[in-house]
Amino acid sequence: MKTTTLLSAAVLLSSTALVSAETLNWARAGDALTLDPHAQNEGPTHTVRHQMYEPLIIRDTTGAFEPALATEWAPKEGDPNVWVFKLREGVTFHGGEAFTAEDVVFSFERAKQPNSDMKELIGSITEVRAVDDFTIEMVTDGPNPILPSNLTNLFIMDKGWAEANNTTNVQDFEGGEITYATTNANGTGPYVLTSREPDVKTVMTKNENYWGIDQFPLEVTEIVYTPIQNAATRVAALLSGEVNFLQDMPVQDLERVNASEGLVVKQAPQNRVIFFGMNQGPDDIEADNVDGKNPLADVRVRKAMSMAMNRDAIKQIVMRGQSQPAGMIAPPFVNGWTAEMDAESVTDIEGAKALMAEAGYPDGFTIRLDCPNDRYINDEAICQAAVGMLSQIGVNVNLDAKPKAQHFPLITDGKTDFYMLGWGVPTYDSEYVFNFLVHTRESDIGTWNGTGFSDADLDAKIKSLASNTDLEARNADIASIWRTVQDEALYIPLHHQVLNWGMGEGVGIDVDPEDQPKVKYMTMN
Amino acid sequence: MLAYVIQRVAQSALVLLVVGLVAFSMFRFVGDPIDNMLGQERTQADIDRLRVVLGLDQPFVVQYYKFLESAVQGNFGVSYRQGRPVSEILMERAPATLELAAVSGFLAISLGIALGVFTAIRRNGFAANAIMSVSLIGVSLPTFLIGILLIYLFSVELGWLPSFGRGETVKIGGWSTGFLTESGLKALILPSITLGLYQMTLIMRLVRSEMLEVLRQDYIRFARARGLKERAVNFHHALKNTLVPVITVTGLQLGSIIAFAIITETVFQWPGVGLLFINAIQFVDIPVMAAYLMLISVMFVGINLIVDLLYFAIDPRLRADRTGGH
Repeated sequence: MKTTTLLSAAVLLSSTALVSAETLNWARAGDALTLDPHAQNEGPTHTVRHQMYEPLIIRDTTGAFEPALATEWAPKEGDPNVWVFKLREGVTFHGGEAFTAEDVVFSFERAKQPNSDMKELIGSITEVRAVDDFTIEMVTDGPNPILPSNLTNLFIMDKGWAEANNTTNVQDFEGGEITYATTNANGTGPYVLTSREPDVKTVMTKNENYWGIDQFPLEVTEIVYTPIQNAATRVAALLSGEVNFLQDMPVQDLERVNASEGLVVKQAPQNRVIFFGMNQGPDDIEADNVDGKNPLADVRVRKAMSMAMNRDAIKQIVMRGQSQPAGMIAPPFVNGWTAEMDAESVTDIEGAKALMAEAGYPDGFTIRLDCPNDRYINDEAICQAAVGMLSQIGVNVNLDAKPKAQHFPLITDGKTDFYMLGWGVPTYDSEYVFNFLVHTRESDIGTWNGTGFSDADLDAKIKSLASNTDLEARNADIASIWRTVQDEALYIPLHHQVLNWGMGEGVGIDVDPEDQPKVKYMTMN
Repeated sequence: MLAYVIQRVAQSALVLLVVGLVAFSMFRFVGDPIDNMLGQERTQADIDRLRVVLGLDQPFVVQYYKFLESAVQGNFGVSYRQGRPVSEILMERAPATLELAAVSGFLAISLGIALGVFTAIRRNGFAANAIMSVSLIGVSLPTFLIGILLIYLFSVELGWLPSFGRGETVKIGGWSTGFLTESGLKALILPSITLGLYQMTLIMRLVRSEMLEVLRQDYIRFARARGLKERAVNFHHALKNTLVPVITVTGLQLGSIIAFAIITETVFQWPGVGLLFINAIQFVDIPVMAAYLMLISVMFVGINLIVDLLYFAIDPRLRADRTGGH
C-alpha cells in the first residue's frame, strides 16, 4: 500500500514537473509599443495583448470568428441600427474582479476617446448600452452589417481597476501623462503578466482561472517574450535552442532552419498584399521627365507598366519562393477577393511596348520610384527588380529607397507619384480596402489613396457599402467596384506576402494570416 | 588659472549647445514620428492634432529651445514610442551599457597591456609575430561581423554561451546587475569581447611601440649594466614610462566604448542605451534621440575638459603661455 502511494506520488510529481516545464521562449523583431489596450493599433502590440486581454470576438488560427467575451451576437430584430451581444458569464479578470456589461461599456467609451488609436474602427458606433449585466446593445449611425469584424482587436478592461489605478484615459502625450496601463495589464485572457521590461523581456504565466481552460490546449505554462532586432541574431537564437518560437524569419535563412534537426518552419499566406501606386490625378507630375503631361494619367501606360512586371521572377529570385503573385490588391480570404481577378496580371513585354507606343510614349519616360527599405519583406530588393523590368519597356526608373518613417509621409502628404505600399485588411472585407485606397482622398476617408483617382459615382457606391444590410446586393456592389479598380489599373499588384514562423518540433500551432499567434491554441510535446 | 578654467568650461558649454542645435536640425530628416505613432486608420485631423500636441509644427529652433528649457530642469520629456519618461528609461538602460563597457574596458586594458609588453620583449619570437598578425583582425574586421562570428561559433555550433540578452539580472536599488548570476556572467562574455577587441588591439599596439621606444633608451641600458633582473627592468623601469600616453588614449577610448556600444548592443540584443538609441531612430522617437545625443556629448565634452584641465595641472609650459611670458 505504502509503495503504491509513493509510486503514485512519484508519478504525480513527475507528471506535474513535465506539465510545469512548458515554457515558450518566443522572439520576434519588435516589442509591443504599450500594454494600454487602446493606445496603439499595431500588429505586434495587439499580439502581446491578445495573450492577456480579450475582445468580445476573436479570430481563430484560420481567421474565422470565435466567441471570446461575447457568446452570441446578432443585429437586433426590427432595428438594423443595433447589434446585440450576449456576454459570457462567470468570467473574472486577473485581479479577481467579475466581468460584466459595465466593463464593456467602459472599454468602448475609452476606445472612443480622442487619444485612442482604435477609435476609427468603431467610428460608426454612437452608443454602447448595457441592457442587463450580460447583454450589450451597440447603436450605430446606420446599419453596419460588418461591425463584428471591427471588434476583434478591441480589448475589454476592468472598469474598477482602471479607476483605481487612475488609467481611465488613454495615454496622452501632451501632458507627458504616464498611465499605469502602459506597463501593467489586468485582462480576462489566458495568460497573466508576471513581469515586463519594455524592449527587453515580457514574462506571462498561465491563468489557472481562465474561463476556457478546458476548451483550449493551453499547454504553455509560461511565455517569455523577447524582441530581437538583428535578423542574424534572431535566427541564431532559434538555431541554438534559446528560442523555440520565432516570428519575422528572414527568408534567406528558411532553408537553413528547415534543415536543422528539431526545427520546423510553417508557412501561410499573410494578410498583406504588396503593390505600386501611381499618381494619375494631376495633369502633370513632379517625378517624371515629361513636361506638361502626366504619362500615368493614361490607363494604357498603367496597364503597360503592370504587364512589364514579372511576378514569378520576383517570387523566385527576390522572395526565394516566399510570395504568391497577385492580380488584385486584396489578400485571399477577404470578402470580395476572387481567384479570377487575382490571376489577372500577366507578363507581356511586347504587348506592353505596343500599349506604350499607342499611348504616345514609344521611347518611354523617366520617373522616380519611392520605396521603403525597412517595412516589407525584401521591399527594396523588389523595387530594384522592378527597375530592371520597367526598363524593358522604356520606363527609366530612379529608385529612391528610404526608411519607413520617411517613406510613408510621402504617400499621405501626396509627395510621391510612384510608390510602393503594402496593405492588410483587418476586417476581412473589401470595404476596408476601398475606404482607404480607392475612395477620393478626403480628410477622413481615402487617406492612403495616393493615386489622385477620384470618381464620384464610385465614391457613392463605396459609402453605401457601410449600411447595406442586403449582403447579396452588397457583394454585387463590391464586385463591381473591384471591376472598375481592375479596369482602370489603379494600382500595380505585385504579390501576397507569405508568413513564416520558425519553431521547435514540439511546438504545435498553425500560422495565423494576421501574424498574431494566440498562445492558448498552442500545443507542446 | 581660474580664467583658464572658466574659459574651458564656457567653451565646453558652447560645444554642447551647438551639438544640440545640429541634432535638432537633423531630426526632421530622420522621418515623421506621427506616422509611426498613429495606426493606418488615422485621419488627417488626427495627424494635425498630434503634431500640434507634440509641438512638431514649430520650427526646429523653437523645439530645441523647449527641449533645453525642460532639460535644465531635469525633464527630458516622454518617449514617443514607449510613452514613459525618457529619464526613467535611460536610468533603466544605463546599467547594462555601463557594465558592458566596464568589462570590455577591463579586458582591453589588462590584455592589451600584457600582450603589448609580451610582443615588445619577444619581438622576434613566433608567438609575438602571431599575436601581431591576429591583432590586425581586431583592427580591421567590423564589430558586427566579429559579433556574428562569435555567436555562430559559441552559441550555434558549440552551444556554450547565449546568443542574445543579459541573462538573469539582480536588482540592487535602482541598478540591475548581471554580475551576480551565472547566466548574467555568461551573457557578458561574447558582447564584451566584441566591444573590447578593437580597443584591446589598439592598446596592445600602442604599448608595444612605446615599449620598443623606451627599451632603446640609455637608462634601460644602464639598468641592465647595473645587473638588474630582466623582469625588474622590463616592468619596473620600462613599462612605467610607457604608461603616460597609454593612460591618455585609454581615457579617451573609454568614452568611445560607451558611445560605440550601439553596434554590439544591436547584434547581441543587449538592453542598453545604444539599443535604445537605434530603436529611437527607427521610430523617430525625438525625445529619446535628443536625450541620448546630449548625454553622449556631455560625456565626451566632460572627458575632454578633464583631460585639458589635467594637462594644465601637469604641464607647466601651458601655464607659462597663459601668463604671456614670451
